[in-house]
Amino acid sequence: MAASSTTVTSARPVGRAPSSWLRRLRSGDEIAYAITFCSAVSVLLITGLLVFELYTNSAIPRHKFGWSFLYTSVWDPVAGQFGAAPFIYGTVVTSALALIIGIPLGVGAAIFLAELAPPRISDALTFLIELLAAVPSVIFGLLGIFIMVPILSKIEPGLRAVLGWTPLFQGPFYGVSLLAAGVVLSVMIVPFIISISREVILAVPSDQREAALALGATRWESTWDAVVPYARKGIMGSIFLALARSLGETMAVTMVVGNEPKIHGSLFAPGYSIAAVIANEFTEATGDLYLGALIELGLVLFALTIVINGAARVLVLSTTQKGSG
Amino acid sequence: MSLNLIRRKTVNVVMLGLTGLCTFLAAGTLVYILGYLFVHGARSLDWNFFTKLPTPVGETGGGMANAIVGSAKLLGIAMVVGIPIGFLGGVYLAEFSGSTFGFFVRYTTDLLNGVPSIVIGIFAYTLIVLPQKHFSTLAGGLALGVMMIPIAIRSSEEFLRAVPTNLREGSMALGASKAKSILTVVIPAAKHGILTGIMLNLARVAGETAPLLFTSFSNRFWSPGIEQPTAALPVMIFTYAIAPYDDWHQQAWSAGFILLTLVLAVNIVARLILSKRGPAPR
Repeated sequence: MAASSTTVTSARPVGRAPSSWLRRLRSGDEIAYAITFCSAVSVLLITGLLVFELYTNSAIPRHKFGWSFLYTSVWDPVAGQFGAAPFIYGTVVTSALALIIGIPLGVGAAIFLAELAPPRISDALTFLIELLAAVPSVIFGLLGIFIMVPILSKIEPGLRAVLGWTPLFQGPFYGVSLLAAGVVLSVMIVPFIISISREVILAVPSDQREAALALGATRWESTWDAVVPYARKGIMGSIFLALARSLGETMAVTMVVGNEPKIHGSLFAPGYSIAAVIANEFTEATGDLYLGALIELGLVLFALTIVINGAARVLVLSTTQKGSG
Repeated sequence: MSLNLIRRKTVNVVMLGLTGLCTFLAAGTLVYILGYLFVHGARSLDWNFFTKLPTPVGETGGGMANAIVGSAKLLGIAMVVGIPIGFLGGVYLAEFSGSTFGFFVRYTTDLLNGVPSIVIGIFAYTLIVLPQKHFSTLAGGLALGVMMIPIAIRSSEEFLRAVPTNLREGSMALGASKAKSILTVVIPAAKHGILTGIMLNLARVAGETAPLLFTSFSNRFWSPGIEQPTAALPVMIFTYAIAPYDDWHQQAWSAGFILLTLVLAVNIVARLILSKRGPAPR
């Protein structure tokens, strides 16, 4: 978070005479400026090119299907019918499930680490949890297939007994399912929620806590009613970042979601996600229409994550600036 | 004690206990993952893994030597693509940029950082694989390199900014030009941080699978040069894990063990270095 002002003034003209420009050119200032400026501009170019490539390469299905691409649910490469609804549905459902599990876990742990745990223990645990964020997603997929799915199969009868009356927990359970994908995703996003939320909670001024405690609040009341509301926007931001990550997550979801392009109401049923279908079908996509449809899915995913990341950044920035002054 | 007070105190204890439980669950997951992977991965690991090519199903004694070399080659290309642009862009943001254009670049960088890795894969595919009509190591390396750029920029900028202004002023007061003081004073002062940032960055893309699936694809044999498809460790884990063969599963565990050990080792070392000096990385 480098929010400090520019430390050294710009290399743009500060001198008075043309000779000073020549001198700076000789001393390398203008050259250094030009080289680094080009690098910075190339980031803009790369991002622009990325959008351009996604847009032009998905032209065929965009013209053929129009907006109906987003809400029709037939995905039949042989017949040349492409509707993205099952994938959008799967992406949204698995991410929502990940958030439902991940938010209480992540925010709870962040509160514990920021407010209750002694600094030493808090730092050590945060270190551990941030390592969890560095674990490659394909490893989560591996563990998802061989650990998570068997565990879920064991607790599935219990889930069915308690929640079986809702349509979400009905029908046969094969192991690989929307539920498994959601659970694996939740494990992946919790470290993000924890590490950012902990930081914004730590940035809350201690007056806020002390005032609540002085009024006779218990520790929990001061935390929940005084500290957490103050850090609310930052916590929301961390949740948005986690959401953006889980929407775009590919490997772990591909490995446990079941890969069936149909919309099922039950979490026990297999599904598909946008990223997973791109990963699975891209190399075998024959014909420009099929390939274009997959690239258009990439465009949809891109747009989704951009919007959510943008919102997250605004939220996190607005709190940390207020918090740290 | 009034009933209300008892209720409040109970809520206090219960909720605080619950937050502790959340922490325990989150940290416990990591310990469990590590433990499981170490037990299962190390068990079937032998020397063949590092020296032999993959064998057909049913034949034992195969390894992933080509995938290990492939991953190293991909990372090499990624560094060539990502580090210069990222580092120099970071120097621009920290030392030269005005506020408006700097904000714009920073914003775009964060945007690029948020793009899902599979979309970066599509990007590399349309740029290289589509015109060339074949998968290649180059395309995979390019995808990883593009993923490195945003993090390289932001971490370089951060460590350069952490260098005290006094140093710059001192150097310029002695008559050095701005370029010279950046090169000989500012960058050396931020050297450790920047290098550690690069290490973390590499560790992150080393585990990326999605952008490689349709750029560097896969290869059961050695892949000479950069024009042919190549195997990579994370992609091998994926292919082997979803295959229906038990001995392939074992190989996947071994590969996962190696990959995770490398990634975590780099992370632990980097974080220890950073916690001793300089600001925390973002």
